[in-house]
Amino acid sequence: MRFIWKSVQVLITVSFLCTSAFASVETAPGREMARQATKGKELWITADHSKFDALKQPFKSGPEVTKACLTCHTEAGHQFHKTIHWTWLDPRAEKELKVGKGGLVVNNFCINIQSNEPRCTSCHAGYGWKNKDFDFKSQEKIDCLVCHEQTGTYKKFPSGAGNPPPPPGKKFGNKFVKSPDWNFVAQSVGRPTRRNCGTCHFFGGGGDGVKHGDLDSSLLKPGKTLDVHMGMDGQNFDCTRCHTTVRHEIAGRIYSTPAATSRKSLLEDDLGAKIMCESCHSAKPHKSELGMKLNDHTDKVACQSCHIPTFARELPTKMWWDWSKAGQKKDGKPYEVKGEWGKPVYMTKKGDMRWEKNVVPEYYWFNGTIDTITAKTTIDPTKPVRVSMPVGSIVDKHSRIMPFKVHRGMTPYDKVNKNMVIPHLFGKDSAAYWKGYDWTKAVTAGMEYAGLPFSGEVGFVETEYVYPTTHMVAPKNNALACEECHSKQGRLEKLTCFYMPGRDASSIVDAGGWFVVIASAVGVILHALGRLFIKGRKED
Amino acid sequence: MTAQNMKKIYLYSRFERFWHWTQAILICLLMLTGMEVHGVITFMGFEKAVDLHNTLGISWLILFVFIIFWLLTTGEWKQYIPTSKKLFAVAMYYASGIFKGEAHPVQKSEDAKHNPLQRLVYLGLSAILLPLQMVTGLLYWTYNDWPSYGLDFLSLEVVASIHMGCAFALLAFLIVHIYMTTTGHNITAHIAAMFSGWEEVPEDYKAEDWEVHKK
Repeated sequence: MRFIWKSVQVLITVSFLCTSAFASVETAPGREMARQATKGKELWITADHSKFDALKQPFKSGPEVTKACLTCHTEAGHQFHKTIHWTWLDPRAEKELKVGKGGLVVNNFCINIQSNEPRCTSCHAGYGWKNKDFDFKSQEKIDCLVCHEQTGTYKKFPSGAGNPPPPPGKKFGNKFVKSPDWNFVAQSVGRPTRRNCGTCHFFGGGGDGVKHGDLDSSLLKPGKTLDVHMGMDGQNFDCTRCHTTVRHEIAGRIYSTPAATSRKSLLEDDLGAKIMCESCHSAKPHKSELGMKLNDHTDKVACQSCHIPTFARELPTKMWWDWSKAGQKKDGKPYEVKGEWGKPVYMTKKGDMRWEKNVVPEYYWFNGTIDTITAKTTIDPTKPVRVSMPVGSIVDKHSRIMPFKVHRGMTPYDKVNKNMVIPHLFGKDSAAYWKGYDWTKAVTAGMEYAGLPFSGEVGFVETEYVYPTTHMVAPKNNALACEECHSKQGRLEKLTCFYMPGRDASSIVDAGGWFVVIASAVGVILHALGRLFIKGRKED
Repeated sequence: MTAQNMKKIYLYSRFERFWHWTQAILICLLMLTGMEVHGVITFMGFEKAVDLHNTLGISWLILFVFIIFWLLTTGEWKQYIPTSKKLFAVAMYYASGIFKGEAHPVQKSEDAKHNPLQRLVYLGLSAILLPLQMVTGLLYWTYNDWPSYGLDFLSLEVVASIHMGCAFALLAFLIVHIYMTTTGHNITAHIAAMFSGWEEVPEDYKAEDWEVHKK
């Protein structure tokens, strides 16, 4: 009896301490609601999947597991088929345009997946997209595990078209990829964690931090200084905390679809998406008198602009990729040169590459959408081709100034038809660039596969690819100082479409003003000298 | 200067001296922080400069309201009524007479603190330049609220340029104003008077009728 009473006392004390600790923390509006919605797994997840008979069958493949999942999650298949994680196509774009990485969009990295599927689709949340014949209608081809398994042992094979290797596993380069224990991973499923999302999103472009610069494996166990929300010593958010999900549709930006269409705080609409900073922090997040002026910025400047001072703060990211230098061999053999941080700066397969750390972003007006070109778009090769570009302008009320990683490179194009081309890179056939190192053959094969015309002449053009920088939010003490922008050679030097204090000045007013001031000073000095001089002479 | 018998007159009341010097400090600090905001100097950082500039600006506005109230209620505003009489003579004195040791054509008296040139300059300053500076400053400060005030048509560039232009004019004034304090019967006489309130004037000087305003 005494023991029970003691325990109750301890419990009361502890819970009191907890609540008072919470109360003393500065609370962002909406934070409390967000906490209620996600805190405490026991409140929301009422199933222990290891106890389900459906998951105790002897599985030998992914599709078998998926079939078992679908016996309970009857709607998950339909839902998932509609999402971009499955289609790899922009749902809002016209079908014929084929906008999306599954379509004809070209990027600055391995350019396009057409004819290269087995290598690229290892990140597809499905099994076996190895060519045009992939059955997008099949629910069993969905890979539930890559997003939901929680053992951390589930690995797809890098060139296996989304399939894990058959037992016992298979070598990829120097690495051995183990075949999964299907029952073990299937029974572990739960809500996606950082590791699940990071499996693909941290390694886009074929390596850690290659693509984004604000998403890499340093976010698996980040400190608060790297990401104030995800920091293990901070809020320790999972991706899903902000990328809220309805019927498997995950909030985030998809080409021409902004991550969120309205800037609402959860206080205005507690069912709104939590994807915007404002969802939890409101449009007036800064306290104090100084904060008032900072709050005045939120209509034109995205939070990210000041609060993500640099990206790739712990691991380097690829900033430059020159395909035109690919194909050089040493003693008749492909080779690789490693640079700083152990990252390749030359590869026969890929050409010249440049990596950077702690990169200062570039800034553009951005309304949440990105325009892309496809291999069908006519380009002007006399200047850098923007294969993707932020949409927005100062006159668009939905636009704000946003930081971007701009990846640049030299990418193959059709010199006669003036469009970007799709090279056949991956494969065992001699037309594949990574086998035969012949651009003309590779592009001919790739374009034929994609059903596009090709003149036969390959050239290289400088290309730019943009990524909005939105992760790696620094703690407020590390936010940018005002003069990073409000100065003559500041970060916004190139955004000249508006008057900015500290940077801009009327040259007429300044020149005229200084002239008057200096003339006055010279005048009084001469006057004073005159008084001294004449007075002195009179006394002589 | 020929030796003259001087007498002391009480010219500047306590509040007048207070507002003069407070205003002087405010303007100097506003000038300093404003230059930093404008990107001319680097001193305390943009953020602190903006914040201090705003606080100082509002303080000055409040002080200015009190000054105007004081001028109106005490009738001191009459000291600023412009006149063309002897204006040319005063100008000529500073241009040439001062070098020859001539006497100032207009001396200070209780009823006429300012010579015609001063009246013109101070009136221009307090009726045009300073209000313009305050209005443009307030507009600049409330930039984000322009749409709700129905002021969308304004351009920040124009407002900021006028504000800056006025600042240059004020700086030029400050330079000349400070220099002019040295033109009294000795170098520090005018400054001393602005601290003590007591100014030394020639004993036998009698203000002409036009100079005097009946209170």
